[in-house]
Amino acid sequence: MELPVISNTPTDAGGGGCASSGCGTAPDALSHLPDHIRAKVQDHPCYSEEAHHYFARMHVAVAPACNIQCNYCNRKYDCSNESRPGVVSELLSPDQAIRKIKAVAAEIPQMTVLGIAGPGDPLANPERTFETFRMLSEQTPDIKLCVSTNGLNLPQYADEIAKHNIDHVTITINCVDPEIGAQIYPWIYWDNKRIRGVEGAKILIEQQQKGLEALTSRGILVKVNSVMIPGVNDEHLKEVSKIVKAKGAFLHNVMPLIAEAEHGTYYGIMEQRGPTDDELQALQDECAGDMAMMRHCRQCRADAVGLLGEDRGNEFTLDKIDVMDVDYEAAMARRKQVHDDILGKLEAERAAKAAQVPVHLSIASDARPVLMAVAGKGGVVAEHFGHAREFLIYEASPEGVRFISHRKTELYCAGLDTCGEGGVATGDEPESVLERNIRTLEGCEVVLCSKIGFEPWSQLESAGIQPNGEHAMEPIEDAVMAVYKEMFDAGKLAVPASTQQVA
Amino acid sequence: MALQITAQCVNCWACHDVCPNDAIYQDTPHFLIDDDKCTECLGDHPDPQCAAICPIECAIVDELGDALNPPGSLTHIPIEKIVEMALLPAEYL
Repeated sequence: MELPVISNTPTDAGGGGCASSGCGTAPDALSHLPDHIRAKVQDHPCYSEEAHHYFARMHVAVAPACNIQCNYCNRKYDCSNESRPGVVSELLSPDQAIRKIKAVAAEIPQMTVLGIAGPGDPLANPERTFETFRMLSEQTPDIKLCVSTNGLNLPQYADEIAKHNIDHVTITINCVDPEIGAQIYPWIYWDNKRIRGVEGAKILIEQQQKGLEALTSRGILVKVNSVMIPGVNDEHLKEVSKIVKAKGAFLHNVMPLIAEAEHGTYYGIMEQRGPTDDELQALQDECAGDMAMMRHCRQCRADAVGLLGEDRGNEFTLDKIDVMDVDYEAAMARRKQVHDDILGKLEAERAAKAAQVPVHLSIASDARPVLMAVAGKGGVVAEHFGHAREFLIYEASPEGVRFISHRKTELYCAGLDTCGEGGVATGDEPESVLERNIRTLEGCEVVLCSKIGFEPWSQLESAGIQPNGEHAMEPIEDAVMAVYKEMFDAGKLAVPASTQQVA
Repeated sequence: MALQITAQCVNCWACHDVCPNDAIYQDTPHFLIDDDKCTECLGDHPDPQCAAICPIECAIVDELGDALNPPGSLTHIPIEKIVEMALLPAEYL
């Protein structure tokens, strides 16, 4: 039997269809990468959509100082309910960080990656950052090390980064045009002076680009993060994407601006809106080209611990790690066993998938794509509708299933009464949680979950979203494709002629 | 002649790391400046380094209590918003 092969079918890069080479039933967004890079990132939860179900990461907050100001950041803000960059509960000394890392590595053997990501800029805290890395490269050689930076001090530390065996660096690059930069960065601290506006942004941009080149020329993997700020840098990020790829960044991660008034940031207070899910997805598709886009990024806290999307930081507070006694030699042996088992499992899954005759091939190629929301965990349809803290959005099309994004179903804080300084109330009548969650699912036609109650079921149906609890505990991609096939068989996927896209 | 740190300080360590005189030390509830060591960076730099890197308005003041980074100067948030959202205590405005 001759099967059409995805890579041979023309792709529609005009949006709506499948614009990324890492899509379809390709097992991972990293599949386009050269083998030596894939080998480096296959057990890295932040880079691999597949690996993040199995491998965990942690950040240690040893770097509080910063040398630039971003309009989306407020150094004053700290909230234990929040999961977003820059927020931490406990600042650690390098010694405390090492103790915490060993405790976590022993307790959560799936933890493969340790990052230093702030809350400030790790390279504005070179002593604390490199002291931590130096001790780790000696004492915990089985943990991969990463660092995130705004790039201002990057060129001067490229050698030091290479020395400590740090093979992944994330640079946040929001622009390559100083005029746009001046709208994002009010000032930088440079050459012992505070430099404002366009002049400051110009220096920052030059340093970021120099730093990017310095790292890639040393063989260090570089991911570029960009914050999408509608009306400020949204169009411009396409240009940024082209440039950083040309300079050797292996991933470009376009993230949505987080700007709530109660966070007290310039953008939050000035009511700069974040992108809609659709806008973000469209930009990610445009930036994708031949490169993988990270779509599973959770914009974690600077002290996050555990699998992406969960935070076990509370189990490893200073008072708790103080009484833990860790035999790291023994932990390393156990960790190796766990990692090998997971990699074996991932490999077997890839092989099984490759051997399977994909269901989607029996669906006519002109069927329209459908967005589905999944209450998933660990790669399966696992959550009760009412318990899901986020929904994973998948697109099913005749080319297969691809992961699009995740949408949080709760506000970042538990509520106005528990968060923010002085509780900035909006005065508006709050939506019910159910109403809010249904609004979050806008654009999706189906929601897959393990179970769902009568009330949400009928409300979802009235909102035009079909609930489906028939695929509980099945692998997400299989479940999404099965439902898509059912819709096709029921004649629900024909594209009305007037809305058909021009190829 | 010495600068001081106010209760606005968020303990971010930035000033500590750039002070040429090691005049800044960690304390509770916030960092402090040693009067005997602070020279306001005279002779070392054109600007006092703590004030040049501090991200928090009104956290560094001179001996008269005047903020080196007054309200709105670092974030560019308009004063009326600072008042409306109570971003700074009244005594700093």
